[in-house]
Amino acid sequence: MSPWMNIVAIAGLTVVSVVTRGFFMIPDREVPIPPWLREALRYAPLAALVAVILPEIAMTGDHLIDTWKDARIYATVVGILVFVTTRSLLGTILAGTAVLLALRLSIGW
Amino acid sequence: MTSPTPLWRHPEFAVGARETRDVALGIGAWGLVAGIAMSKAGLGPVFAIAMSLCVFAGSAQLAALPLMVQGAPLWVIWATAFCVNLRFVIFSAGWRPYFQSLSRSRRLFLAYFTVDFTYIAFMRRFPTPGDVRAQTAYVAGNVSVGWLAWQTMTVLGVVLADVIPERWGLGFAGSLALLGITASLLVDRATWIAAAVAACAALAAFALPFHLNVVVAIAAAMAVGVLLDHLAPDRKAPA
Repeated sequence: MSPWMNIVAIAGLTVVSVVTRGFFMIPDREVPIPPWLREALRYAPLAALVAVILPEIAMTGDHLIDTWKDARIYATVVGILVFVTTRSLLGTILAGTAVLLALRLSIGW
Repeated sequence: MTSPTPLWRHPEFAVGARETRDVALGIGAWGLVAGIAMSKAGLGPVFAIAMSLCVFAGSAQLAALPLMVQGAPLWVIWATAFCVNLRFVIFSAGWRPYFQSLSRSRRLFLAYFTVDFTYIAFMRRFPTPGDVRAQTAYVAGNVSVGWLAWQTMTVLGVVLADVIPERWGLGFAGSLALLGITASLLVDRATWIAAAVAACAALAAFALPFHLNVVVAIAAAMAVGVLLDHLAPDRKAPA
């Protein structure tokens, strides 16, 4: 992306922050939310996150990881284990990053 | 709305500020990690800091960054951030009865600064709508401390990351953060199935241009989720 496109993207993301956080405060009158939309909204953040992180943690280029010598596999597994046992977001990040760094810097995975 | 005393001298401002101070360490640590990850995503420190100061939404930023670096179309970047921020849309319905007496510009200005913790702490302090001045002061106190803790540590993270070599792969901390948030959303059978559907759809549609696979995954998971709620209700699932 060019610098100008980055500026436009960031400006738009700022608008997204205002619009999402203020969404139902925008109209002056009451707005009814259809029940099916309320149900569907529950799944959207989950799906967006899964689709965005999948290539980052489990893919190389355009295919799934096909080697065991990739530090991301072990960092992800440790991260998941820490989250399941402690429910701590910070612990998940720190433990996963520690594993990634250890493997990258020692044996170059 | 005129008032004899400024907002920051209202007693509720101090209450909001104090409650946020108690969790500032957590906010700051997460800001530091997000700053390091944002800097390492490949946009460079200037844009990373500008983004943090303007957008002020950690998980949406971390989700948008890889798409920006890879040159995805603007609407896909914005739609992804919108979806990651959807919880705020639901929170905003909760804010509405408290602040509806304010002007629209004031409502939106206030809303822009409210993060997850603001909502949780506010609803604990004010279970029912009441004195709008006190409520506004509380939110102002809460978000002032939170904003400062978050932004200071994010900028520090970006600056620190700039001196750490690229091959360490610290940008992965951002993916780990999103992974943890994703895991926290897997609360029942329906959300697990929706996540699996999203993963399969994102992979199957990976060859689509413009990162449309993200949009396909969201649509597929929403459709399957609603279908599951109606065809095979999970008795243990919260309504």
